[in-house]
Amino acid sequence: MSLVRLCGLMLLVLALAAIAAVALGETPLIWSQYVQALARPASPPGEVLWTIRAPRVAVAALVGAALGLAGATMQGLLRNPLADPGVLGVSAVSGLGAAIAISAGLAVIPGAIEMSALIGALVAGALVVTLAARFREPEALILFGVALSAFGGALTALVFNLSPSPVAMAEILAWLMGSVQNRDAMDALRALVPMAIGAGLCLRAGNGLRMLTLGEEAARMSALPMARLRVYAVAGAALLTGAAVAAAGVIGFVGLAAPHLVRALVRDDPKRILWPSALAGALLLVVADLAARLIPTEQELKLGVVTALFGAPAFGLLAWRAARSWRS
Amino acid sequence: MSGVWTLDAVTARHGRKTVLEAASLTVTSGEVVGIVGPNGAGKTSLLRGGLGLLPLTSGQARLSGRPVGALKPDARARLVGYLPQERRAAWNLPARMIAALGASDLSEPEADALARACLTRVGAGDLAERGVLDMSGGERARVLLARLLATRAPLLVADEPVAGLDPDAQLLTLDLLRAEAAGGAAVVVTLHDLGLAARTCDRVVVVSRGRIVAEGAPRQALSSKVLAEVFGLDGGLVDTPAGLVLAARRA
Repeated sequence: MSLVRLCGLMLLVLALAAIAAVALGETPLIWSQYVQALARPASPPGEVLWTIRAPRVAVAALVGAALGLAGATMQGLLRNPLADPGVLGVSAVSGLGAAIAISAGLAVIPGAIEMSALIGALVAGALVVTLAARFREPEALILFGVALSAFGGALTALVFNLSPSPVAMAEILAWLMGSVQNRDAMDALRALVPMAIGAGLCLRAGNGLRMLTLGEEAARMSALPMARLRVYAVAGAALLTGAAVAAAGVIGFVGLAAPHLVRALVRDDPKRILWPSALAGALLLVVADLAARLIPTEQELKLGVVTALFGAPAFGLLAWRAARSWRS
Repeated sequence: MSGVWTLDAVTARHGRKTVLEAASLTVTSGEVVGIVGPNGAGKTSLLRGGLGLLPLTSGQARLSGRPVGALKPDARARLVGYLPQERRAAWNLPARMIAALGASDLSEPEADALARACLTRVGAGDLAERGVLDMSGGERARVLLARLLATRAPLLVADEPVAGLDPDAQLLTLDLLRAEAAGGAAVVVTLHDLGLAARTCDRVVVVSRGRIVAEGAPRQALSSKVLAEVFGLDGGLVDTPAGLVLAARRA
């Protein structure tokens, strides 16, 4: 299948899922109310569809696309199918940024938490880009990412630990679980700018990711400016991850799983996998958010909880299959 | 005649260990140069140092007269194609895409056409759509060789291109590289099989402890004295109808 056809097909499925996600929800509507919502967006059913659900679905799609693309980029760069956007430690530091903002009482200022999370992501991203430019080996980058992740997690725990108010603690915890609840059009727009820049960088690195298939030395001797492309890939993935965390908190496993859903369709190609991974990520998160709303629980399920609940077993399955292929 | 690849007293260190010491070498177009030496002697370091992959502490390496360190990636790729020892592929790309990686200066359709032509040249035309991880070692070696040929560079450097291959695939690989040399390319290969090096290379360079200790026509470079001192072998090269053969035992 050509890349254009594959992406067209995936866009169609995503559009259908998005329509379903806007149409369905906790508040059931009847046919006449749907007609009313379409005819008069300012009517009460219109409010439900266009002010409450549509921005939420848009943010879920954007965050999913960002995580899927960042995951595919990291897997290509690190030549490892088990890499994900969190592997660089950017999400952990971004989460720390949000935690600091919440405990400092900045939650009352609109966009302050998001901005703080994004700043955290940019600081971590800058650090990782510097390291990536200095050390070429994927193992080095993974180890630094593990260290940064652990450090970010520890500092978040410290903020938690020292937080004087139980309300702030509950807020931090809720935020860290990841959600797209109560998002408005402004949130979607705010996320769009860093995501577009990050996506542009990742897509430009595509040829370099493909060249890395045969290892570091072969890529270095190719005609491509690998040093620059590596920085594009790391900076792009960091921006995408940071913007995703800023918009929806820490959401695991989408970045890991999305590339695997489409890998066989692009014949393993680390360049052609980028767009389809973004679309697969968007689809996954739109569906996961719909599930979070529709699963009847007393408290609405957090999006990060749903993705981890389904993602972790999927990860185990991947590891199982990978381990079996190593043995053969 | 000036060389396609010149190493002028190049020295390189890895940590505190000197892996390359004052090595000088000139490779000209049309010849096949074999680099031999015991494990850890510095064969790969010689290639990497000469190609700018290993920083030099002194000396200079030039590609077609231009200092390697000053070349941008695209300029360097026009002057040399490199087949590293590392043969693993991270992803199961079809052979035609692996071969096309050698032609990253071309547009995708052009690179694809060239890749298919190179696969046909190495006798792997029918493998074009097969995933490189689904292949046998011999098939993969051909595909990687096709990638090397797709660089169309005037200097082709292959680090242990026949390691792990069966005898037929070893001879095929060297025949293909010889054909490139006959077409005007300069070819440099590192080899472990001294008999094979003697039979297939125009010139043999013997490396020991980071130094070039002998160099010249195979019979001259692989003299009984060198075999004894460098490889610890007692014996020599023997002429047979199939070419030179190594007849030796451990000294």
